[in-house]
Amino acid sequence: MTSKEKKQLKRDKFVEENGIICLENVSMNYPEQGAPAIDNISLRINRGEFVFITGDSGSGKSTMIKLLLRELVATHGNVFVNGYNTKKLRHGQIPQFRRNLGVVFQDFRLLRDRNVYENVAFAQRIIEVPSSQMRRNVPNILSMVGLAGKYKSDVRKLSGGEQQRVALARALINKPSILLADEPTGNLDPNNSWEIMKMIEEINEMGTTVVVVTHSPEIVNAMKKRVVTMRKGIIVSDEEEGLYINED
Amino acid sequence: MKISTFFYTLWQGVRNLFRNGWYSLASISTIAACLFLFGLFFSVVFNIRNILLTAEEAVSITVFFNDDVSDERVKEIGEEIKKRTEVASVQFHDDDEIWAEFGEAYYGPDYAEGFPENPLEGDHNYEVFLSDVSMQDNLVNWLQSKSEIRKVNYSEVTADTLTGVNSLIAYVSIAIIAILLAVSIFLISNTVRVGISVRAEEISIMKYVGATDFFVRAPFVLEGMLIGLIGSVIPLLLIHELYDYVISYVTERFAVLSSMLNFLQIDEIFKYLMPVCLIVGVGIGFIGSLATVRKHLRV
Repeated sequence: MTSKEKKQLKRDKFVEENGIICLENVSMNYPEQGAPAIDNISLRINRGEFVFITGDSGSGKSTMIKLLLRELVATHGNVFVNGYNTKKLRHGQIPQFRRNLGVVFQDFRLLRDRNVYENVAFAQRIIEVPSSQMRRNVPNILSMVGLAGKYKSDVRKLSGGEQQRVALARALINKPSILLADEPTGNLDPNNSWEIMKMIEEINEMGTTVVVVTHSPEIVNAMKKRVVTMRKGIIVSDEEEGLYINED
Repeated sequence: MKISTFFYTLWQGVRNLFRNGWYSLASISTIAACLFLFGLFFSVVFNIRNILLTAEEAVSITVFFNDDVSDERVKEIGEEIKKRTEVASVQFHDDDEIWAEFGEAYYGPDYAEGFPENPLEGDHNYEVFLSDVSMQDNLVNWLQSKSEIRKVNYSEVTADTLTGVNSLIAYVSIAIIAILLAVSIFLISNTVRVGISVRAEEISIMKYVGATDFFVRAPFVLEGMLIGLIGSVIPLLLIHELYDYVISYVTERFAVLSSMLNFLQIDEIFKYLMPVCLIVGVGIGFIGSLATVRKHLRV
C-alpha cells in the first residue's frame, strides 16, 4: 500500500469515527473586530446528512462556510473536513482538498465570459478529465439540473434560477462528498428557490452530505432536516427535523 | 500536468485577449503609446550622439618636427603615436605634397612648379585623429614632451566644446530615457494590474472550484505577455516605417545642414531599440500579471 493510500485510509477512518465535518472548540477572531465571529463551537456532521445552518446576520454562518472551504483558518480549535485538518493543509494541498467539495453561493459566482457548458466543464478541466469523458459528463449533469438545451447559452443571459442551476451542476460534476451551499436561494423567487432546494435534496438522497446556510424560515420549516442555529458566534440549538428559530 | 491541460491554459490566455477586448485594447494602447514615445526619443538621442561622434572624428591634431630630425625617427614617432589609445588614425603629410596641394588649391595647377624651392620645406607632419576628443590634453602633453617635436597644433576650444556638449547630451538623454522608461513601466504595470484586479472574482471562483495556482495563473500571465508583445511591436513597426520618411524630410528641409547631419540607418538604432522595447513590453506584461494574480490567489 502506498503512503498516499495509507493516508486516505486514515482519513476514512477519521470520518467514520468523527463525522465528515468535525469542528472541535473552534473560534475565529477577525483582527479588526472585537468580538469573535465564531466562539468556541463544536459540531459533528455525519456522512450523508442534510444540515441547515441558520441564524441572523452576524451570527457566524458565513464564517463557518469559509472555515469549511479553508478560505479561513480557525484562530483556535480544529476544523476537519473529509478527514483533513484544514489547519495543517499547505497552500499547495488546498486545490486537491477543495475538489472533494461542491460549493454554491448566493450570487452564483459563474465565470461570466464563458457559456453554460464551459462553466461546468471548467470543474472537470482542473482535475484533468479527458475531453471525451467531459463531453459525456457535462451534458449528463446539465440534463440533471434541467439545462440540457441551454449548454451554449451565455450565462449572463440566464435567469437567476438558471444561473444557480449552472452553479449547482458545476458543484456536482466531480461528484463531491460534500455540498456546501451559502444562501443558495437568497437571490431567487419562491418558485425557483423550491426547485433548487428539491434538487439539493435529491443530491443528498444520492449520498452527498449537504450543508445549507440559509435564513429562510419557509424552506427550513418545510424541509424537516437537521437545523443548527447560530447566534453571535455560538450554536444555540441543534435539532433533528428542527424548525427555524427567530432571534426574537 | 497533461499536455492537453498545458495547451488548454495557453489557449485560454489567447482567448482572454479577445474576451476582455476593451481591456486588451486599452492596455495595448497604453503600452504602445509609452514605448512609441520612448522609441522616438531613443532614436533622436542616438542620432544626436552619432552626429557628435562624427564631429569628434573630424577633430585632429597636427604634429610638426624639428628640421634636424631624421626621416627614420619621424617614422618611429609616427608608429608610437599610432599605438596610443587616444588615437583613432594617423595620416602623414609630406612637405612637397603639402606645397603641391596648396598651390593647386589656391592658385591653380602647375603653380608650385614655378618656385625653385619648396617654401614649406620642413613642414612635413602627422595629422592625428582622436578616438576620444576628451583625451586630447593627454595626447598633446605627451607629444609636447618629445624633444623632436617642434610644434603641436590643436584646438582646445573645439575639443572642450565637443566634450562638454557630448557629456551634457549624455546626461540629459540618460535622465530622460530613465524617466520615460520609469513612466512606461509604471503605466504598463498599472494597466496590467487594474485589468487583472477587476477579474479578482474570476480568480476566486477558479480557486473555490479547486484550480491550482498554475492553472489560474498561466492564462493571465500569457495574456499579459501577449499584450506586452503586441504593445511593443506596434510602436516598433511605426518607428521603422516613419524613420526613413522623417530623415529624408529633415535632410530636404534643412539642406544646408545635410553635410553636417550624419543620420544613422534604422537597423543600427533597432539593434538596441528592439530588444529594449520587447523586454520592457513582454517583461512588464509577465512580471505585472504574475505579481497581480499572485495577490489574488490567497483564497
